[in-house]
Amino acid sequence: MDFLRPASWEEALAAKAEHPTAVPIAGGTDIMVEINFDHRRPEYLLDLNRIELLREWEVGEESVRLGASVPYSQIMENLREELPGLALASHTVASPQIRNRGGVGGNLGTASPAGDAHPALLAAGAEVEVESVRGTRLIPIDEFYKGVKRNALEPDELIKTVHVKKADGPQQYSKVGTRNAMVIAVCAFGLALHPETRTVRTGIGSAAPTPVRATAAEEFLNAALEEGGFWDNGRIITPSIAKQFADLASGACNPIDDVRGTAKYRRHAVGIMARRTLGWTWEQYRAGNGRTLEGAA
Amino acid sequence: MRVNFTVNGRPQEADDVWEGESLLYVLRERLGLPGSKNACEQGECGSCTVRLDGVPVCSCLVAAGQVEGREVVTVEGLAEFAKERQEHGHGGSCGTGACGGTSLDEAKRWEARPQDSQTGEGVELSPIQQAFIDAGAVQCGFCTPGLLVAADEMLERNPSPTDADIREALSGNLCRCTGYEKILDAVRLAAARQERQGEAV
Repeated sequence: MDFLRPASWEEALAAKAEHPTAVPIAGGTDIMVEINFDHRRPEYLLDLNRIELLREWEVGEESVRLGASVPYSQIMENLREELPGLALASHTVASPQIRNRGGVGGNLGTASPAGDAHPALLAAGAEVEVESVRGTRLIPIDEFYKGVKRNALEPDELIKTVHVKKADGPQQYSKVGTRNAMVIAVCAFGLALHPETRTVRTGIGSAAPTPVRATAAEEFLNAALEEGGFWDNGRIITPSIAKQFADLASGACNPIDDVRGTAKYRRHAVGIMARRTLGWTWEQYRAGNGRTLEGAA
Repeated sequence: MRVNFTVNGRPQEADDVWEGESLLYVLRERLGLPGSKNACEQGECGSCTVRLDGVPVCSCLVAAGQVEGREVVTVEGLAEFAKERQEHGHGGSCGTGACGGTSLDEAKRWEARPQDSQTGEGVELSPIQQAFIDAGAVQCGFCTPGLLVAADEMLERNPSPTDADIREALSGNLCRCTGYEKILDAVRLAAARQERQGEAV
């Protein structure tokens, strides 16, 4: 095994081009487990810890440019206003020790359907900026996940930043697990209201081969909210609309039975989380303080 | 490969480090600092918690090569670290290598019971270590080093924690003996003593 320690982003890209099999290591919270347990012996480890720009973020007009290695603890602390859904999701990641090391780039690189950041990114709307010596690509988050632990990266590419849309309305995140800390999600659900476009976006974790949006549920809700004039009159969403939304979210799942839960349970729980997160966010919208994090997961 | 980094305020060099090796392994097996405990090796239990550039991390999940040029504080250096922090104000300077630090020999000789393990007398302890002894928060002791490092860091950041703050700060550290109640007592005790000391000064 070789340990590559690029001092700059350019050096990292050059190293990845030269050794496409090199495994990037940033927080190490996934890859070190695999190495400790002898499940994986990469030929090259590509350490990204020395690259400052990966640990930086920038709040722009429309979106936040979030460095791939910005630790979850920093997202929780500094980006609650701009990225409430992702901040909530970050808070559910493992433990303080892990949140001090892990970042969104790792979730995206590993592309496990159980990664906590995915539903929040899907719901907020995001683009993943990847780069290689050949150039830069912006991959829409909806096209990033390609299969179980597979993503849209080419072998010579590295994840640089994630451009996450700034919240224009309330966002919520919910996760099912056996305790509050140190759990891999049995399933998870993210929901973002976008009052500017009068749309709702969702994200489902751990209930399909990849993180997915519940598009049918979104389309139904967008139409129902429009039709009932809910965005303007701010009325409580009727139970029948909420139920239909929940059922469609449940239907968007394609889960499996595994040690953490059964497929049936996951489908059920996603429906419940869809209904609850809709209730929470809508209450926040009605209250007019669209960006508070009260009643959080 | 060779790794140079600072441990408990003193520069250290580890040689013949395997590229896939963890910081925990380097500390325990190459530098002779077995205070950080090796239990789950997957970041679940927190017994290997150390501070890396001031931040609590699971040392089993940090690749040795990633600590090149960086500062690590282990439980063996906690007493000195806490002392420096108290003398030089919030945050301390020990983690940055600005203080004298704990020599490797001193650190290796460190044990909780050279004199009296029941009271902690006769050995230099950080306030959080003394509080763990006084509150009876140590049973088998395996989880204790990780808890001490995590709790000490929380009290540095948040001198008046609520019970919820304590629970969250220690949520990455598993203890199978105490049922956690005595540990929570110990952290509350350390916080109260810290507050009283702050008032006295």
